[in-house]
Amino acid sequence: MALKDITLGQYFPGNSLVHRLDPRTKLIAVVLYITALFLASFFLTYLIMAAVLVLSVAVSKVPPKALFRGMKPILFIAIFTAVLNLFYTPGTTELFRIWIFTVTLEGVYRAFFMVVRIMMLIAGTFLLTYTTSPILLTDGLESLLNPLKKLHAPIHELSMIMSIALRFIPTLIEETDKIMSAQRARGADFETGNLVQKAKALIPLLVPLFISAFRRADELAVAMECRCYHGGEGRTRLRQLRYQLRDWLTLLFFAAVTILVGVLGHFGL
Amino acid sequence: MEPIIETKNLTHIYSAGTPFEHTALSQIDFSVYPGEHLGVIGHTGSGKSTLIQHLNALLKPTSGQVLFQGSDIWSDPKTTRRTRFQVGLVFQYPEYQLFEETVYKDIAFGPKNMGLDEREIDRRVREAAYFTGLRDDQLDKSPFELSGGQKRRVAIAGVIAMEPKVLILDEPTAGLDPVGVESILGNIREYHRVHQAAIVFVSHSMEEIARTVDRLVVVNDGTIPLQGTPREVFAHGGELEAMGLGVPQMTRVFHRLNALGADVDPSIYTVQQAKQAILAKLKGVV
Repeated sequence: MALKDITLGQYFPGNSLVHRLDPRTKLIAVVLYITALFLASFFLTYLIMAAVLVLSVAVSKVPPKALFRGMKPILFIAIFTAVLNLFYTPGTTELFRIWIFTVTLEGVYRAFFMVVRIMMLIAGTFLLTYTTSPILLTDGLESLLNPLKKLHAPIHELSMIMSIALRFIPTLIEETDKIMSAQRARGADFETGNLVQKAKALIPLLVPLFISAFRRADELAVAMECRCYHGGEGRTRLRQLRYQLRDWLTLLFFAAVTILVGVLGHFGL
Repeated sequence: MEPIIETKNLTHIYSAGTPFEHTALSQIDFSVYPGEHLGVIGHTGSGKSTLIQHLNALLKPTSGQVLFQGSDIWSDPKTTRRTRFQVGLVFQYPEYQLFEETVYKDIAFGPKNMGLDEREIDRRVREAAYFTGLRDDQLDKSPFELSGGQKRRVAIAGVIAMEPKVLILDEPTAGLDPVGVESILGNIREYHRVHQAAIVFVSHSMEEIARTVDRLVVVNDGTIPLQGTPREVFAHGGELEAMGLGVPQMTRVFHRLNALGADVDPSIYTVQQAKQAILAKLKGVV
């Protein structure tokens, strides 16, 4: 198993329209998209949402295959939710009965839409992380949350913590891979045995991993201090975020979709 | 002589089938002979680390075979596990893999996994500590109290304690001071002499490798373009430089002398050899 192959929400470099959008635009668009998903209620509105998603993916040029691969782990949760909904939705049109469980037509619809909603929700947010580098993402988030600074919320510090955390995920994965190999070379066995044995086998992996994570954190803190880092006050940026025409158009489009879906959903379409 | 480890047509492709696909090794035939002191050189990203991780079954070949004493190491899980103990691999910066409460326990981790009894483990831990120059009173210390160089000795001892027939060391002297480098190289030579084990020494420092090994394998871009005795390999100075690898300083000097018209052997690579060659030349003149 190569840990490096994990693709959960990994950045997929590219130069499409979606990649070039301002990260704030994409964040707001995703929020609008999610809102619309929850306002959607039946075939027509879900169809509109699906069209929006397909359009966004097509414009982003992210291979759909990569998107699907990332969604696989979520599928289980989606199906689990669907099964629960299938049996626990009260309704008037009873389809069939197994033991104490009753399946109604309403339940079938609800379960189906639940899966569609979860999958589309994940696909939409994945598209955001696939097309936006972690640094831009936190920059965008910081800029959007800027008003909260007036309330003395440590927005800059939070976004710095987030970018550092994101930055070190690949490093830690690589480190884990390396330590695992080194312990395996000394006969450590991570795969076989019962749960207790497996948990115990993790000690030779976790102790060095934690130690090196702390060491890295310490080194990074010193390196930042050496370059006079003292928080967000008066700090300027290399990349200035500026809205372009395409950002306004995108926002307008998503706002319109949300209103449209909201209205249609209100009438149960 | 039969090789102890042999790779046949070994190919390894990382992340096959994704946009990040990368061929690290392509159709490598490589052998290690019993008791030899082999050097593997190649610059960063040449594939040498990938190659050595195949030798003790940490990586599975995409295609091709790895044989240990004539049998395929992937033929069944038992052989795979046995190979891990017979072919000891010390990674780069191995001090970062220490985890136990005491130095003793950390060195004992490998032998314990082999399922040896208490007395044998004790003997091996003490012997490995002796080979790597660790003092008895250091065995009860926490490995995290030791200095960087000492931690590295503990990590190397942890592999030596398994008494592998082949000991592979990936840049064992990286980041050490000259005294530390000399003493670790001495420890490795001592293990080689006493146990008659084959040593595979991976490095990108020509000076270091030239002084210690009997045979050299050059890895470049996932292939092995050159191999032979250090003299044979260093005779291809130009090719080595094209691969981003230097030749030892002495070799450079003699290449230059040769180019200037002096009739000297351009494959000389140690100060000792250089002294003899120059003295021999001077005798003829005087």
